[in-house]
Amino acid sequence: MSGIPHDHYEPGTGAERWLHRRLPIVGLIYETLMIPTPKNLNWMWVWGVVLAFCLVLQIVTGIVLAMHYTPHVDMAFDSIEHIMRNVNAGHMLRYLHSNGASLFFLAVYLHIFRGLYYGNYKTPREVTWIIGMLIYLAMMATAFMGYVLPWGQMSFWGATVITGLFGAIPGIGESIQTWLLGGPAVDNATLNRFFSLHYLLPFVIAALVVVHIWAFHTTGNSNPTGVEVRRTSKAEAEKDAVPFWPYFVIKDLFALGVVLVVFFAVVGFMPNYLGHPDNYVEANPMVTPSHIVPEWYFLPFYAILRAFTADVWVVQLTNFITFGIVNAKFFGVIAMFGSIIVMVLVPWLDTSSVRSGRYRPMFKWWFWLLAVDFVVLTWAGAQPAEGIYTWISLIAAAYWFAYFLIILPLLGVIEKPEPLPATIEDDFNAHYGAAGHGTNAPSPAE
Amino acid sequence: MREGPEPMIRKFVLSAAAAAALALSAGAAGAAEGGHVVDHAFSFEGPFGTYDRMQLQRGLQVFTEVCSACHGLRQVPIRTLADEGGPQLPEDQVRAYAERLQVFDPELNDFRPATPNDHFPGSGLENAPDLSLMAKARAGFHGPYGTGISQLFNGIGGPEYIASVLTHYTGEDKLEAGAMFYGNETFAGGWIAMAPPLYENGVTYADGTEATIEQQALDVSAFLMWAAEPKMMARKQAGFTAVFFLVILTVLLYLTNKRLWAPLKGHRESA
Repeated sequence: MSGIPHDHYEPGTGAERWLHRRLPIVGLIYETLMIPTPKNLNWMWVWGVVLAFCLVLQIVTGIVLAMHYTPHVDMAFDSIEHIMRNVNAGHMLRYLHSNGASLFFLAVYLHIFRGLYYGNYKTPREVTWIIGMLIYLAMMATAFMGYVLPWGQMSFWGATVITGLFGAIPGIGESIQTWLLGGPAVDNATLNRFFSLHYLLPFVIAALVVVHIWAFHTTGNSNPTGVEVRRTSKAEAEKDAVPFWPYFVIKDLFALGVVLVVFFAVVGFMPNYLGHPDNYVEANPMVTPSHIVPEWYFLPFYAILRAFTADVWVVQLTNFITFGIVNAKFFGVIAMFGSIIVMVLVPWLDTSSVRSGRYRPMFKWWFWLLAVDFVVLTWAGAQPAEGIYTWISLIAAAYWFAYFLIILPLLGVIEKPEPLPATIEDDFNAHYGAAGHGTNAPSPAE
Repeated sequence: MREGPEPMIRKFVLSAAAAAALALSAGAAGAAEGGHVVDHAFSFEGPFGTYDRMQLQRGLQVFTEVCSACHGLRQVPIRTLADEGGPQLPEDQVRAYAERLQVFDPELNDFRPATPNDHFPGSGLENAPDLSLMAKARAGFHGPYGTGISQLFNGIGGPEYIASVLTHYTGEDKLEAGAMFYGNETFAGGWIAMAPPLYENGVTYADGTEATIEQQALDVSAFLMWAAEPKMMARKQAGFTAVFFLVILTVLLYLTNKRLWAPLKGHRESA
C-alpha cells in the first residue's frame, strides 16, 4: 500500500487461495501488519497504539456502564452511585472509563505535539493530519457529552456554559442553542440526546481511525528525520524500514505496558484526582457552583475562550468594524474554534521545506515555547478570570495564534535548516551503530 | 426541583452561562471552597491506606447519634454496614440498626421500619445536605497556585474538610434574615447555618476511646469517607494486582523488544 517495495501476501494453502479469490481479507491484514516502517522511529511514535488502546477501553467499559446507567434527570446521578456501590466491579469500570478519558487526551496531545515538532503534517501526509484533527474534534464532543451524563453540578453547569457558546452566534445563536439542548435550558431532553450521541460518536471515531491508518499506510509512516524511506528497490527499502510486525508491535506493546502501569496506579490509588469534587453533588439548576471549570483536557481552549475580554483592543476593533455583531463573547467563541482551525491548517501555514524540527535551529525554540504555552493555558484555564490571570491567558492565547499564523510562515523563509541525513539508515546507524556484517537486512518475518 | 424550565430560570441560566463563559465574576470565582483546612493523617490515605474498622464504627455512632438528626445518607444501603472493608457490623446488629430507622414506603404510602436492604433515609432538614458523597464532594487542598498538585501528596482533602468544619467554630454567631449563622473558619464565607454539633463526650464510645470533639470529628469524617467510597479497599487491591502483573508483563516485553532489535543494532560507537 505504502509504495515501499516489500513482500506481498501469497496465499499458500488451497483454503487460503479459495478465500483469497473471494475475499482478500487475510491479505489485507497481512499488508496492514507487515507495512515497512522506518526503523528510526523514536519513543514519541508509541502514542498511536496507546490511543487505539484507549478507544477500545472506552468503548468496552462504556458499553457495560450503559447497561447500568439511566439517562433521566431524576435517576442519572443515583444510577451512577448504583454502579459505584452495587454493580460487580462497577466502581472499577467507572473509574477506568473516567480516567480512561484523561489518558486518551494526554496521549492525543502528545501525539499531536509529536506531529507538530517533526512536521508530520507536511506533504504528502496532510490528509492523515486532517483526519486526525477530525478525530480530535470528535473526541472533544464525545468527552464533553460524556461528562454531562453523571448529572453532577459540573455536568450540568459545564453543559450550560458550553452550549451557551453557540448562543453567542449573532442572530441565529439562540435558536441553535435551543435546538442543541432540545429546549430552552439543559434538561432531560439534553441528557437523553447527549447519552445517545455519546454512545454513537465513539464508533464514528473508530471509523475515522481506520481512515487515519489507511491514509498513513498509503503515504508510509513519518519518522523523526523527515527523510523518506528509499523506494528504489526492495533491498534499499529494507535498509531503511522493518516490518511493523514484530518490530513495532512489540516495541509499542512495551511502551503501552509502561503507560498502563501508571494508568492503573492512578485508577487504583487516586481515581478522583483528575475529577472535580462538585460533580459528586447532584445537578441543581437553582445553585450555580462558585467556580465552573471544564475537565483538565479542555482547559487550554477554555482559557483561550475567556482570554479575549471586552477591554482587549483587538476585540474592540473587531466589534467596531463589524458594527457590534462580533461582540466580546462571540469573539471568544471564534478564538476558541479558531485555535483548533489554525492547527488544522498547519500543513499550509508551515512554509519550511524541511519537515523535522530536529534540523530547524530556530523552529525548535518557538516550538518548545508553544509547548510551554499549552501548559500555561491549561493552568490559566483553571484559574478565576480576574486580575493577573486574564493577562496571562491573553498573552498565552496570543502566542498560540502568533505561532501558527506568523512565526511558522516566516520561519520557513528566514531560517537556514541544518543538513539532513541522506537516508534513514544513516540516521539509525548514527544512533545505534551499523549492525554486524551480513545481518544488516532483517530477515522477512515468518 | 425539576419543574419545567420557567422563563426566569432560563434567563438566570443563560446569563449565568454568559457570565461564567466570558468572565467568571470576581465574587463567584474568589469564593474558593473552604478556608482553613487542617491536614489530618487518616488511616485510609495513600496506596497502602485502609479504613480503620473500629474508627468507622465509632464514626457510625457519631453519625447516628448526632448528624442523622438533620442529615441523610440516602445513597448508602444499610446492608453495606456489614460489608468487608467497611464498619463490618455483624448481620444481626445491622438488622437491629435498620429496624430503628423509619423509611418511607411508596407501596404502603407510609413510613415503616427499615430493613437492611433499604437505604439510609434522606435529610430530615431541608437545608441540611445529604452526606452520602460529602467526603468526595469537597476539596480541602488546592495549591500550590491553584494547580492542585498538593493533592498528589495530601489527598483531595474531603474528609479533612469535614473534620475542619466540625472543629473550627469561632464561637461567634449572628442573626441574619431570621436565621442563625455560626462563625466557622473553614466554611466558605465564614458563616455556617449548622450550629456546632459536637460536644466533649457528646457520645459514649463502646470501645472506650475518649470522645473529644476532635476525636468525634475525625471518626465521623472517616465514616463519611467510607460512605462516599465504600469500595476503596477493593479498588486499591485491584490497583495492586493490576500494577503487579503489568510490571511483570512490561519487563517481559522489554526483554523481548531488546532481543528482537539486537540484530539490527550495532555497537554504539559514539554517543
